[in-house]
Amino acid sequence: MVMEQLDELYREVILDHFKSPTHHGELPGAQVHVTGSNPLCGDEMTFHLKLDDGRLSAIRFTGKGCAISQAAASMLATQLEGKSVAQAGALIDALKGLMQGREPAAGVDLGDLEALAGVRKFPVRVKCAALSWNVVEQGLKPQRPAHS
Amino acid sequence: MALDVRRIRLDFPILDRRVHGKPLVYLDNAATSQKPRQVIDALTAYYIRSNANIHRGIHALAEEATAAYEAVRLQVARFIHAPSERGIVFTRNTTEAINLFAHAWGRSRLKAGDQILLSEMEHHSNLVPWQLLAKATGASLAFVPVTDDGRLELGKLDALLTRRTKLVALTHMSNVLGTINPIQDIVQRAHRVGALALIDAAQSAPHLPLDVQQLGADAVAFSAHKMLGPTGVGVLWAREELLEAMEPFLGGGEMISDVQLTSSTWNEIPWKFEAGTPNIADVIAFGEALAYLGRLGMDQVQAHEQELTLYAYRRLREQPDITLYGPDPHTTPRGGVVSFNLQGLHPHDVGTVLDAEGVAIRAGHHCAKPLMRRLGVAATARASFYIYNTLEEVDRLLEALQAVRSFFSKKTAKVGS
Repeated sequence: MVMEQLDELYREVILDHFKSPTHHGELPGAQVHVTGSNPLCGDEMTFHLKLDDGRLSAIRFTGKGCAISQAAASMLATQLEGKSVAQAGALIDALKGLMQGREPAAGVDLGDLEALAGVRKFPVRVKCAALSWNVVEQGLKPQRPAHS
Repeated sequence: MALDVRRIRLDFPILDRRVHGKPLVYLDNAATSQKPRQVIDALTAYYIRSNANIHRGIHALAEEATAAYEAVRLQVARFIHAPSERGIVFTRNTTEAINLFAHAWGRSRLKAGDQILLSEMEHHSNLVPWQLLAKATGASLAFVPVTDDGRLELGKLDALLTRRTKLVALTHMSNVLGTINPIQDIVQRAHRVGALALIDAAQSAPHLPLDVQQLGADAVAFSAHKMLGPTGVGVLWAREELLEAMEPFLGGGEMISDVQLTSSTWNEIPWKFEAGTPNIADVIAFGEALAYLGRLGMDQVQAHEQELTLYAYRRLREQPDITLYGPDPHTTPRGGVVSFNLQGLHPHDVGTVLDAEGVAIRAGHHCAKPLMRRLGVAATARASFYIYNTLEEVDRLLEALQAVRSFFSKKTAKVGS
């Protein structure tokens, strides 16, 4: 049973993103650079965000980490590029829900990120997956309109 | 083998457990040790037969509990070769013991211009309390550097020790690298400039003969739970005249001699530092842990772990895709801790698959982030041994590492196709 769970945790799409991450590297012209770390393992990750008219026109990330954190960052960047700040917020909310077993809200497409559903069975690894969206969320906080 | 491990294993019920359908191989002893039946039974027996608050009852149960609790203080003193039990203060853990000393000794004594000397290989528990003390008093921190192979750069020690150095706080044995530091020599050099020496013995007290007088240390801290005892018990030993001169750490019941509405006088040492009802049951059970280790003999414990460490080191060194950290145990004194990384894989991924194979190790920064930075890694995998581990279990680790390799290479082969 545990081997099946391992296969669920390390789905091929996750290892694919881990071995050949997209959106990895620096981003000249980015207005937002935001870094976070996973206190459990010490892994650090930085997201570089370029914003044009309230849209994430380009995203890159730097830093090293485990397969789960690297794949999550790569998939997140892929899914977020081109989205509005509000859409990004909705996607991040859906990902937090995914870690608690909730279905995403209507109209939110998780794309490859859905492969992270298997992480839920490994509670200590949830933080590895969540690092990337926590960092992006922190970076977007000043960009999101204040609730009126 | 220096120890009769087969017999020892019978005393540890948890070692019969299966994890994910495989027999448990527990190699996370530097984090916490397992507990023998004798310790578990003592804990239960206390609550079934003797439970009462100590030092204040006039009934039979209170007297029994007090006598049992205080008997362990004497046991601890003998175990670490302290001159008397008056220097033994029970705390929650090593961290609290170090914080107690930092607070009660440091706050009123240190001032701007003073210096505390630490090393780059300290656990956060022997680093952050001193950062807080430095911030509160204006004292500064200095660090003994670590060599590439994980030893203290002692050639730099004399330059770092100055008249400004008031305290040297060092680990006896690194929880990441297993390096055993030459504490006796360092303490002598610290004393020459008038500094005190506090030793973090969290990793050494469980694994080697500890003689605080031979080390010459002024204070020593360690935890029961890493040495067969329950969680929730730590020990601070300090020279009695230091404890006498120190202000209390926490105020409350038990630690007073007399209380007026606006002022109080303090109880004698060591009770001055044990405010409130202590962890009576766990201290009493800790006594069984000390007795257990005493029957084995700490030199035998160390010899057993040395054998496991040398074997694990040799086997892991044969693997071309494994990087080992820390000094060569053939040439440098080293405890039963082996940190390593498997090429191309993060230790968390390694640890997850090892766990599926029933092998429990630690993966991460081991609460020593400055040392991780010094080694140039974010994290390592760490196997750590104790009295019940066997050479066969080291083989199981090696086999499980092979399973890690094939799991990820099979997967990535599919990805590439």
